Amino acid sequence: MKKSFIFDAIRTPRGRGRNDGSLYEVGAARLSADLLNELKARNRLDPSEVEDVIWGNVTQVGEQGGCLARASALLSDLGETVPGLSINRFCASGLEAINLAANQIASGAGDCYIAGGVEMMSRVPMGSDGAAIAVDPSLAMERYFVPQGISADLIATMYGFSRRDCDAYAAESHRRASRAWSEGRFEDSVVAVRDRNGIEILGRDEAIRPETSEEALGELKPSFAVLGESMPGFDKVAMMKYPHVEKINHVHHAGNSSSIVDGAAAVLVGSGEFGERTGLKPRARIVATSKVGTEPTIMLTGPIPATKRALGKAGMDLGDIDLYEVNEAFASVVLRFVQEFEIEIEKMNVNGGAIAMGHPLGATGAMLLGTALDELERADKELALVTLCVAAGMGAATILERV
Amino acid sequence: MSDFTMDRDASGVAVIKWDVPGKSMNVMSMRGLEELNSLIDEALADSGTIGIVITSGKGDFAGGMDLNVLAGLRREANEGSPKTLYDAFMRVHSILRKIERAGMKGESGEPGKPIAAAIPGTALGIGYEIPLACHRIICADSPKSRIGLPEIKVGLFPGAGGTTRLIRMFGLLGAAPYLLEGKTLDPVSAAKAGLVDQIVPGDVLLQSAKTWVIDTAGSGYSKPWDQKNFRLPGGSPYSREGFTVFTGGSAMVNGRTMGSLPGARALLSAIYEGAIVDFDTALSVEARWFTELIMKPSTEAMIRTLFINKRALEKGIRRPAGASSPAISKVGIAGAGMMGSGIALAAARAKFDVVLIDRSLEKANAGKARASNTLEGETRKGRLEASDADAISARISTGDDCSLLSECQLVIEAVFEDFAVKNGVHNDIENEIGSEAILATNTSTLPITELAGKVRHPENFIGMHFFSPVHRMPLLEVIRGRDTGDTAVAAALDFASRIRKTPIVVNDARFFYANRCIIPYLNEAIRMVREGIAPAMVETAAKIAGMPVGPLQVVDETSIKLAVDIAKMTKIAAGDSYAEHDVDDVIFILAERGRLGRTFGAGFYDYDSKRRRRGLWPGLRDLWPIRPNQPDLEEVKNRLLLVQALEASRAMQDGILSDVREGDVGAVLGWGFAPWSGGPFSWLDIIGAGNSVELANRFEIKHGPRFRPPELLADMANSGATFY
Repeated sequence: MKKSFIFDAIRTPRGRGRNDGSLYEVGAARLSADLLNELKARNRLDPSEVEDVIWGNVTQVGEQGGCLARASALLSDLGETVPGLSINRFCASGLEAINLAANQIASGAGDCYIAGGVEMMSRVPMGSDGAAIAVDPSLAMERYFVPQGISADLIATMYGFSRRDCDAYAAESHRRASRAWSEGRFEDSVVAVRDRNGIEILGRDEAIRPETSEEALGELKPSFAVLGESMPGFDKVAMMKYPHVEKINHVHHAGNSSSIVDGAAAVLVGSGEFGERTGLKPRARIVATSKVGTEPTIMLTGPIPATKRALGKAGMDLGDIDLYEVNEAFASVVLRFVQEFEIEIEKMNVNGGAIAMGHPLGATGAMLLGTALDELERADKELALVTLCVAAGMGAATILERV
Repeated sequence: MSDFTMDRDASGVAVIKWDVPGKSMNVMSMRGLEELNSLIDEALADSGTIGIVITSGKGDFAGGMDLNVLAGLRREANEGSPKTLYDAFMRVHSILRKIERAGMKGESGEPGKPIAAAIPGTALGIGYEIPLACHRIICADSPKSRIGLPEIKVGLFPGAGGTTRLIRMFGLLGAAPYLLEGKTLDPVSAAKAGLVDQIVPGDVLLQSAKTWVIDTAGSGYSKPWDQKNFRLPGGSPYSREGFTVFTGGSAMVNGRTMGSLPGARALLSAIYEGAIVDFDTALSVEARWFTELIMKPSTEAMIRTLFINKRALEKGIRRPAGASSPAISKVGIAGAGMMGSGIALAAARAKFDVVLIDRSLEKANAGKARASNTLEGETRKGRLEASDADAISARISTGDDCSLLSECQLVIEAVFEDFAVKNGVHNDIENEIGSEAILATNTSTLPITELAGKVRHPENFIGMHFFSPVHRMPLLEVIRGRDTGDTAVAAALDFASRIRKTPIVVNDARFFYANRCIIPYLNEAIRMVREGIAPAMVETAAKIAGMPVGPLQVVDETSIKLAVDIAKMTKIAAGDSYAEHDVDDVIFILAERGRLGRTFGAGFYDYDSKRRRRGLWPGLRDLWPIRPNQPDLEEVKNRLLLVQALEASRAMQDGILSDVREGDVGAVLGWGFAPWSGGPFSWLDIIGAGNSVELANRFEIKHGPRFRPPELLADMANSGATFY
């Protein structure tokens, strides 16, 4: 088995995923191609070295359909000899792209991959690609399908996280993200999005609200109470799967859930030989990867078994990990992770997360890995674990080690 | 003798008349369908025929498919392959599709032949699905007729194209009330809703249909789904608007049925899968799901109980052979409480003259007022004409003196459940009524034979256990005391038939049949609370098992006070063999804390000032801590169902029941025993006597001797026998 290394990791800033968001005017392939070009330029990459572009993307319809990975490669400076592979593991797509690349390198299938992902949520609405699991009664009824927000509220109910707990966590995410920006912690990795004239369109994550307070969040109305309690009544469906739960406590709202944003991230993954051959210096080694399937109604508990599985593969335990990035899909997902593993909150999501900066579905996994890597370097730590909950009851994780 | 005949008049319109010989209502058979098919072929081939009217020779159009035919097809398929069933349904589709496409212009431009359905009265099930395949549905304006597709109510769904067509007419949201709830409408409402095209006076029905055919002939007629660019109303499953509707649809059906109605599940899948493909493929999808549904043992059981046996009981299969029943025109009700006034209302609706008495005129009048309130509610909702409501009220007279009952041929006593009180009232009544008159006691617990010991004519004395609220509950449990005569039984059954209740006849024993089974069920739920099983789990598991209401909620609603009273009585009756101490631990403690049930504002649940449930009382956790390891849902479901089914089997073994069909119908209609299963005996058949004995043995070791399987069931397990 060869070793797989991360040579570089960059991302775009995240724009609000609505028609008043700054990136709304930019196409998914354009945003992707510009990031590929930047990665190529920064590393003086010879396209003939690149085995594949593996690109995570969730809503693969319209401009994100038709193998966006290949479309993006063709729109970039990589040229026609670089193929592309669009993949979808929902929210972990960006991390899965890296894991796939790392594992292909380990197996000797290739030496150099560009992995990452993109999601233009302002242009291609979440859910517009359909989903048999939600719509086909054979699946939806047999598997007790509920939307993610209901699952997140179910986690909060079953594991005892109050509205206040979730709001406090959300406010902390904003505090940490704005501190990270004000201290310039993202500077080396965030690449401004520019138009074809070089004019900057967006240079910073625009969803962060530094002034966010627990009290202000306390004013927001729960987002999933109506869906759950009355129309069409998903709570009852969830309680059929979890019959000991009498009532679901609807604690999540727009302020303590990940925000909807646009964005892309790209990571250069390669073997040791690739580094030696090109003179590029590896920044970290991929130690272990994992993916798991879990119960799909509660849906979002995957990070726990995914973490255990990755640690097992690496022959490590929790004590070895210096830093955690746990995707802030919903506050309860992170709180549940902290509860299960008794993690010191100072070791986790230290520069904020998707609640503050946003969750561009297909890109987030790659963004989290980049953020973890930057923080390992900044804080001079060794080992980080990145994990995400995944729709339909899945989870994914990656352990990386500075080299 | 044919079910269908055809005539053609000078205008070139062929009239196909459906008139099944020897039946008051048309029902469809496979043979009948082939007859219809031949006549359609003949009319379409005949160049002199310009179009067709399909009508009925009876007052109604048709009641639906003959469910016995369906049962026969199933048997055949059971021995062979499901393909025979699928082929039969596809045959139905092809015939109806031929009717539907007959209106279209031919490939070489020859005119289509429009086909109108002329419906004189009720048209249900396939009786409405045939008109749906026609090009125009014209109904006679008869307010008592019902139009629609009630299949889901017996666990089926419309399998002769009704599902596929209605979805394309109204979309999922629009069609949901008719397909998923089985809602039927009178013709005028049906026209408003778009279920039928035109309403005409009955005497011009046929002529109107002919005129439409003549006017339409030649111009060609095609259904929207046979036209280019057809789009599903409300959106197909993966359109933007359809996505929400279909996703919500699964959740709503799942939540409402708690997943316990296989027919609703299959229907929704047939709708979804059919909505994605073209019309003819959708019909095949419909047939595949329908075939699977029909093949399910639970479907067979549900049809058997809710349709075949329910009707048989209503038609009097349990009426003693040769027994004559006194002509009853005037009914007395003694006791104007909730039950008495409910019974009085039921009798007045059935056009009996009713005398409602109580100890004081005020009480009697209050009882009548309660009945009038119910009627007013129905009038407000448009279910009843105000004049009819007045006429019903006017038939109830009130008073405070038993002498008012002297002319009654039947008197139903509905006073407080107490031996002495009832005995006294019986004596007062017997002093006034004729020696031939029937005296019935409405009781849910007191042994009839014992009460009969104090009356002068025990042969005319009978038990009638009405369920509350009387105007909504469809069952009447008739209890035959040791000395009750056939005439009294016949009178009770005739009365049940008049007031449109489904009767079962059981023999006398403590708690009769219904309460004998309900009490152990409720007690089992209470025991679970004591064991530390989450109360929410108990409630939800019961609903997922198919019970309409959680058992703890039932205990609250019938009142914990009543449970305590019954427990005290049972304790005295049982002596040393009393085995309900665990249950008493819970209900006595609740009672001590004033948590006596819903009417008292507190029980297993908390209530607000308007007596609405606010959720399970959090204090339950403090008294009976929830244990960390909760049992499997299956285990809880099985305990709750098995405890009822075992008791039902004991009732059968002890001769309280004389027929399992009554046991099943009584359980489903009386206390809502998992309708999907067809009742406790059908449920035992579905899981098999062997498996149920095994389950019972396991539960006996774990939970106690109440789960010991009765000999009857153990014998069946040994011999591999079934109840049906």
